[in-house]
Amino acid sequence: MTRPRTLYEKIWDAHVVEQRPDGTCLIFIDRHLVHEVTSPQAFAGLRASGRTVRRPDLTLAVPDHNVPTTARLDAAGGRLPIADPESAAQLAALEKNAPEYGIRYIDAVAPEQGIVHVVGPEQGFSLPGTTIVCGDSHTACHGGIGALAFGIGTSEVEHVLATQTLLLQPAKTMEVRVEGEVGPGVTAKDIILHITGTIGAAGGTGHVIEYTGSAIRALSVEGRLTVSNMAIEGGARAGLIAPDETTFAYLKGRPYAPKGADWDAAVAWWKSLATDPGAAYDKVVVIDAADIAPSVTWGTSPEDVVPITGVVPDPASFADPSKQVAAAKSLAYMGLEPGTRMQDVRIENIFIGSCTNSRIEDMRAAAAIVKGRKKADNVKWAIVVPGSGLVKAQAEAEGLHRIFTDAGLEWREPGCSACLAMNPDKVPAGERCASTSNRNFVGRQGPGSRTHLVSPAMAAAAAVTGKLTDVRELMA
Amino acid sequence: MTPLNQVEGRAIPLGLKNVDTDVIIPAHWLKTTTREGMGRGAFESLRADPDNLFDRPEYKGAPILIAGDNFGCGSSREHAAWALGDLGIRVVIAPSYSDIFSGNAVKNGILPVVLPQAAIDRLMEVAATDPVFVDLAHQTVTTQYQDRFAFEIDPFRKMCLLEGLDEISLTEKSDAAISAYEKQLDADRPWMRPATV
Ligand code: SF4
Repeated sequence: MTRPRTLYEKIWDAHVVEQRPDGTCLIFIDRHLVHEVTSPQAFAGLRASGRTVRRPDLTLAVPDHNVPTTARLDAAGGRLPIADPESAAQLAALEKNAPEYGIRYIDAVAPEQGIVHVVGPEQGFSLPGTTIVCGDSHTACHGGIGALAFGIGTSEVEHVLATQTLLLQPAKTMEVRVEGEVGPGVTAKDIILHITGTIGAAGGTGHVIEYTGSAIRALSVEGRLTVSNMAIEGGARAGLIAPDETTFAYLKGRPYAPKGADWDAAVAWWKSLATDPGAAYDKVVVIDAADIAPSVTWGTSPEDVVPITGVVPDPASFADPSKQVAAAKSLAYMGLEPGTRMQDVRIENIFIGSCTNSRIEDMRAAAAIVKGRKKADNVKWAIVVPGSGLVKAQAEAEGLHRIFTDAGLEWREPGCSACLAMNPDKVPAGERCASTSNRNFVGRQGPGSRTHLVSPAMAAAAAVTGKLTDVRELMA
Repeated sequence: MTPLNQVEGRAIPLGLKNVDTDVIIPAHWLKTTTREGMGRGAFESLRADPDNLFDRPEYKGAPILIAGDNFGCGSSREHAAWALGDLGIRVVIAPSYSDIFSGNAVKNGILPVVLPQAAIDRLMEVAATDPVFVDLAHQTVTTQYQDRFAFEIDPFRKMCLLEGLDEISLTEKSDAAISAYEKQLDADRPWMRPATV
């Protein structure tokens, strides 16, 4: 009998092209997602060395990081120019490179355009059991459908374009099991914020985390993508959730997903990937779902998580002296005093979007809170940015955009937007943002910006009250 | 990649500790489409000082940079190696580096030499007036004053730098294995190819 294996080990084993004496493996890459920021130099490298793209059929390019989220077409259907010349140059480079190398390309004004990690699963391009890479650290997102997915640098982008492989060291495995039922107002985002707060920003270093347990099984695919998206925030190389009927129902019929007999064969293989009974993980963390509250970050590391009912911690309360120093620095940057109730923190900006939380379920959750209410006067800027053109169209068909605009929130075009301040959507210095994105790093949403990571429902609650708010108080 | 063996020339005696990648190349340079020309952004904040080392005539085009502990820490941006390369730097000498930076350096044909602080201090002195010699094959750094410092380097990295081999060329040696894998994959799991729309 073969040794019981984890989901990660099964996917890894199925992709080894060659093993080197030191244990490093040449791993085959099934899907390569390409965007405009980390690819221009990779294509330039190919050109300089006279190489081609080995498997353009396994590569999908879509612009997302730099695209403005304001209207892209004028009234007559003509393309509006992009104001920032550097963004325009990166977008133009992708638009030229993709067809030149025979790569599928979703144009900035195509109906399917969106954030690369939203588009992949939505198009059925990302599949369970595949290896997926992209020059963006939140590629871990695709682990939500059971793909082994991780971010890579520009040299590696070039390496994958040229060879469809990567040289990798096997990772250790870690199980994060969330058992039980979450309470009202607790979403996938709260689960992953709570996990990150529990294991710490370096808790998963060197590991691939598999999320298991009844609370994870109960999540929709959208929710699972949210959880896996932030695996990297816990230091892990990637996140994984075993594919199951929920996953198959989500993928069936998507454009690039297998069809007919191929579909049946695929499902049979995907089912065989689940971690074997008795397989051992290098590390196991168990979390009781009942302990998870709607959560919020107070500092500049994604591990700085408290329940919304909590207070800003005192740096002296941390056991680790280096964390005490980091916390004090974070609080100075965030302009917060220890002991302040999180619910007393006033908010000037709201960002609902990013590859963490911009899918249809996120739009619905935010709209349900905003409905019939108005944006608070002290909230200066509140934008809702759907993750893709298809999410946008679906939301509009359900009338969600009206709910947002009636309340005074802006309804935007799809893209990364204020997740990383590479495009015009930025949070001004010294101001706070309740944001559904994944990183609260110093300056992440713009120089001097102060980010509080929350779920879409919590961001919506902050939009209508003007401060961080326990969404449960606004729920019918 | 240009092979690297002997490098001889002026060495910029920067000497600073914890030079992070944001100092090497500030974030706004990430919005470029080429690797070339990034030397203009290298050490931008330091070069804002008109009397900075980098722009002194004697160090223009210097192929060697001497720095303190933990060179290249911070963000993983590969642009840091590109910026150094574009500036004409082929060798950095420091007591230690961030792992990601030293990997990126080698990938881009730059040799990260590790020497103890005492050797760095001596080389800083020499670099003020005279050239420094680096010999990768013999793993030594020498000066015209009989200084001779031996350094260690991973044999694989040494081979890559000496032969000017990049990782892609190395992987291309496994071309047959990759083709065999692809063939087997098409046989075992033909549905893995994206369905045609
Ligand atoms: S939304 Fe943010 S994290 Fe996601 S791909 Fe865009 S920049 Fe990266």
